[in-house]
Amino acid sequence: MITVPIAYYLILAAILFCIGIAAFLIKRNVITIFMSIELMLNAVNLTFVAFAHMWRQVSGQIFVFFVMVVAAAEAAVGLAIIIALFRARQTLNVDEVDLLRN
Amino acid sequence: MEIVLFILFGLLAVAAALNLLFQRHPINSALSLVVVMMSLAVLYWSLGAEFLAAAQVIVYAGAIMVLFIFVVMLLNAGEEERTHGSKIAYIVGIPGAGAIFCLLSFAFLSERSQLGSTTLGGYLSSAVSNITEISHILFTSLLLPFEVTSLLILVAILGAVVLARKEL
Repeated sequence: MITVPIAYYLILAAILFCIGIAAFLIKRNVITIFMSIELMLNAVNLTFVAFAHMWRQVSGQIFVFFVMVVAAAEAAVGLAIIIALFRARQTLNVDEVDLLRN
Repeated sequence: MEIVLFILFGLLAVAAALNLLFQRHPINSALSLVVVMMSLAVLYWSLGAEFLAAAQVIVYAGAIMVLFIFVVMLLNAGEEERTHGSKIAYIVGIPGAGAIFCLLSFAFLSERSQLGSTTLGGYLSSAVSNITEISHILFTSLLLPFEVTSLLILVAILGAVVLARKEL
């Protein structure tokens, strides 16, 4: 039976996190930018679970539980802000939301 | 056995994340994010975190992504226009993300022997299940943070209702 080194799980999490960073920077749609934040949170959760497995402790899993709760709250408030933004500006493109720049 | 699961669902997660990056329609991005979350749930299960695998499917793939798709449909979001965007994001951001990845994988691979490897299935003492252990800690020593998160969720619900009202 071949086991998987913990380092591989951590590298998978690093790949997902960096794809999340790239999507956050490249995407112009505010909903998709929000989704890439969720992707980065998921990558960090995978790191927590891998380290929890490595140390044989549940503390890492409890951390992930709290991250999930905070992510759910953040998604609800963030999407409400996106709806309010769309009502005010009639656009989802972040390039056109530049009121603070001028 | 476990390496097959890892390679299969790890590649699926990376492919779906890249699909999120390259799709132009928000609905396609949302559906590929669901695929990422389901494959991560399988990986959690193979790391011995059954409770988190179930919570990942229910909370992330179920609740949060349904919320995302509702908002995409409510706002009638179409394909995003191809704008030039921020130049700094392309010039500094993408090489920066690559550099972070190289640094992290170098650190992980050089510490590879110290990090050890995984064993499939339950990893705590076999008498206690994963869910028993988590709930024991959550309801005894971490009771106050657990109750504070319920307050946080209540505040988030109220905030979402207030922000999404017609007349702000």
